Amino acid sequence: MDKQVQNIIICNTCDIPLALGKVTLAYLGNEFPVELYKCPQCGLVYIPEELAKGKMDQVEKALEDK
Amino acid sequence: MEQKVLKEREQQCVQEQPPGCTAACPVHVDVRGMVAAIQKEDYKAGVQLLYKMVPFPRIISRICDQPCQQACKRQEIDESIAVNELEKSCVDNSNELILNITPMPPKDKTIAIIGAGLSGLTAAVELGKKGYHVVIFEAKKLVGGSIRNIPEHQLPRQNIADDFAILKRIPLEINLHVIVNNHKDARTSLDHISATFDAVYLATGCIETNPHDWGLALDVGGGIAIHPVTLATSVPNIFAGGSLYLGPDHKSPITSISHGKIAANSIDRFLQNASLTASREKEGAFTSLLYTNIAGVEPQRRVRSADPNKGYTTEEAVKEAKRCLLCECLECVKVCEYLAHFHAYPKRYVREVYNNSSIVMGVHHANKMINACNLCGLCEQVCPGNLNMGEICQEARRIMVKKGKMPPRVHDFALRDMQFSTSEKFAFSRHQPGFASSSTVFFPGCQLSASSPEHVKSMYQFLCKKITDGVGLMLGCCGVPADWAGQENLFKETSKAIEDNWRKLGSPRVITGCPTCYSVFKREWPSMDVESIWTVLDKIGLPDQGEEPLAPLKLVVHDACTTRHEAALQQSIRKILHTLGHQVEELENSNEFTECCGYGGLMLFANKEIAHKMIKKRSQQSENDFLTYCAMCRDNFASQGKQSYHLLDLIFPTRQQDVAGKKGPGYSERQENRARLKRTLQKEVWGELADKEQCNVTLIISENVRQTLEELMILDSDIIAVISQAEHTGNKFKNMENNSYIASFKPASVTYWVEYSPQEDGFLVHNAYSHRLEIKGS
Ligand code: SF4
Ligand code: SF4
Ligand code: SF4
Ligand SMILES: [Zn+2]
Repeated sequence: MDKQVQNIIICNTCDIPLALGKVTLAYLGNEFPVELYKCPQCGLVYIPEELAKGKMDQVEKALEDK
Repeated sequence: MEQKVLKEREQQCVQEQPPGCTAACPVHVDVRGMVAAIQKEDYKAGVQLLYKMVPFPRIISRICDQPCQQACKRQEIDESIAVNELEKSCVDNSNELILNITPMPPKDKTIAIIGAGLSGLTAAVELGKKGYHVVIFEAKKLVGGSIRNIPEHQLPRQNIADDFAILKRIPLEINLHVIVNNHKDARTSLDHISATFDAVYLATGCIETNPHDWGLALDVGGGIAIHPVTLATSVPNIFAGGSLYLGPDHKSPITSISHGKIAANSIDRFLQNASLTASREKEGAFTSLLYTNIAGVEPQRRVRSADPNKGYTTEEAVKEAKRCLLCECLECVKVCEYLAHFHAYPKRYVREVYNNSSIVMGVHHANKMINACNLCGLCEQVCPGNLNMGEICQEARRIMVKKGKMPPRVHDFALRDMQFSTSEKFAFSRHQPGFASSSTVFFPGCQLSASSPEHVKSMYQFLCKKITDGVGLMLGCCGVPADWAGQENLFKETSKAIEDNWRKLGSPRVITGCPTCYSVFKREWPSMDVESIWTVLDKIGLPDQGEEPLAPLKLVVHDACTTRHEAALQQSIRKILHTLGHQVEELENSNEFTECCGYGGLMLFANKEIAHKMIKKRSQQSENDFLTYCAMCRDNFASQGKQSYHLLDLIFPTRQQDVAGKKGPGYSERQENRARLKRTLQKEVWGELADKEQCNVTLIISENVRQTLEELMILDSDIIAVISQAEHTGNKFKNMENNSYIASFKPASVTYWVEYSPQEDGFLVHNAYSHRLEIKGS
């Protein structure tokens, strides 16, 4: 999957492949730093479907019941 | 919820009350549990339940006087359960009886037990187990008292010997041939024993002693004065019970054993300086408040054993055990899939809700349960204590919202959909064209307008024709989603807007198209003259059915849960159907006992799984097509494959095929239908210049993608927002593999992602998804 992102997704504006970089995610007053694919130049962050529906969904639900 | 309210509500649920038999049993044997074990032929488990409460199970299984039978529910149908016979079966069919005695550290207090009958021995065993030093004084040469007089065939001596083996496992000192009283000839005086021992239990049975000889205060009847609850006498450290107390005419082996236990408890409390009387209502026999529904139980005589001397064979025992109703309530759980889903019953749920609302830190385990209830009120209707779980859940939701503890995802979508309906996009309020005032205003509601905009239009035109002094129109939402979601402020705001508009129209009579709007209006504005379209039609007559009326249908009515207490409204539905010539059958649970379609309380958004279970269960209650009079009921049943009509489908028949089987519109289409309804009416009826259709982006969406969007509750308007933003700013990714774009946008709290390709005539949508975690940048 990771390889795929690097190979097939590019930033439309900068026309370059994505690379892993530091991103802060926030929800309901909580913040946590994570590594996600983004454009090394303009910083546009990419969230693949698997991540949104998997890990992120889990984290959201856990925080909502806190 | 306050502690006091919690207690009150817990008390409304009687499910945890013991069955009548157990409450009437002086030592509270779990008869239901024992009988259930016999049903499964697990005699060992059955006998253990007896042993738990009675130290001498082999004896009591032969001679119990069964006060439990007087309170057996089965008596109301035919005959009580043969409890003692079944106890005997348990004893006889278990080869071993295990009693684990955990020895307690010895206490330095000494207790005298006078009389080694069942009562004295029970007290001795109980106190011995607690670590007290127990000394027994028995006048005869054997322990056991009057049970020694029972013939062998009734009470085999082996049973006595086996039961009394326990006396050797507990350190007891047994003195035989010792006669105790306070008569001057007595060798051992009670006074002396009372002075040398810390406490005394007097249980000499019905021996012919003059009560005066004990030197204790007497009651008016001339017997020893004994406190009925604590068994205390006039001397603080002397307690008395058993047949000595009951008298020769009221002897009861099981009550004697119960007295032994009560006396042991009193002595323990006395020696620990604890209150003798505090919370002892549940000791000894009492009356249970448990409710058990016996409707439909077939009468069946008690099983008689083929050989009365031997008692039941195992077949007979199982057969008799199966007569037991295993009494419990669960009336509400039986009718509500939601209550059944969480595997318990309201008494437990109430406490879980309470705990959930009280915790500050940690996981709120009951959130899911609180938010899933459809608030339909059926539980209150069937509950003997009228407990309404819906009210409890709704109140808990309000608290969660106030504390900011409501998980945003639960109601977010429904609330945004409501906001669409209260916004300019749909909300609308006018007098009838050509009228300066309205005698009446029609409020069709947001869901009917979304599901059947054409019916709304027809109905409005019909009302204008029939009611000649001005029929205004108000489009909007009654605000119930906010109410169900526990959003008090939002609900108040919405109500306020409705009220303002209604007043501006001159406070006319209101006719609602949706049963839920009707219930909300009635509740919120008691002085408002509000009527449901159905009772109105029943009075003013139906629209002309034209040349070709619908062929008569065979239907069952599904009443909307929000009309539970609206008998007149429900009646008018039946009358209209009759007038239209359709054949009507009733579901078993209809009218005030109707079930929810799964939409109420926003259940469908909070817990799709349970909502679908509800729809399925309801659908299966009849083979016939459903007739509903709420747009959401209709669409919900149809969504799960149940053929369903809305009453307006029959009043305004169209040439359309398969009206009953047609799935309702999806979320996006619902909003579009509302907006279009407003525009159409504005243009066609009022001749106003309607707002332009705003959207200039065309989406191309396949069936598959459409389904994904519905499931994830992503609207076309969300997708358009993402694409517009991406195309405008250029902020998007390119998938080199298929040349599509991927972009995201966060209009409010949710971030939407769309994968799409521009086409000549619009944008082809490949996929969409969303998340709530916010990307804060690097
Ligand atoms: S109906 Fe439900 S809430 Fe009412 S007493 Fe029975 S189990 Fe409890
Ligand atoms: S039917 Fe069974 S559970 Fe109910 S009171 Fe009788 S013995 Fe007890
Ligand atoms: S869904 Fe209805 S019957 Fe079930 S608990 Fe909620 S209010 Fe009561
Ligand atoms: Zn870039």
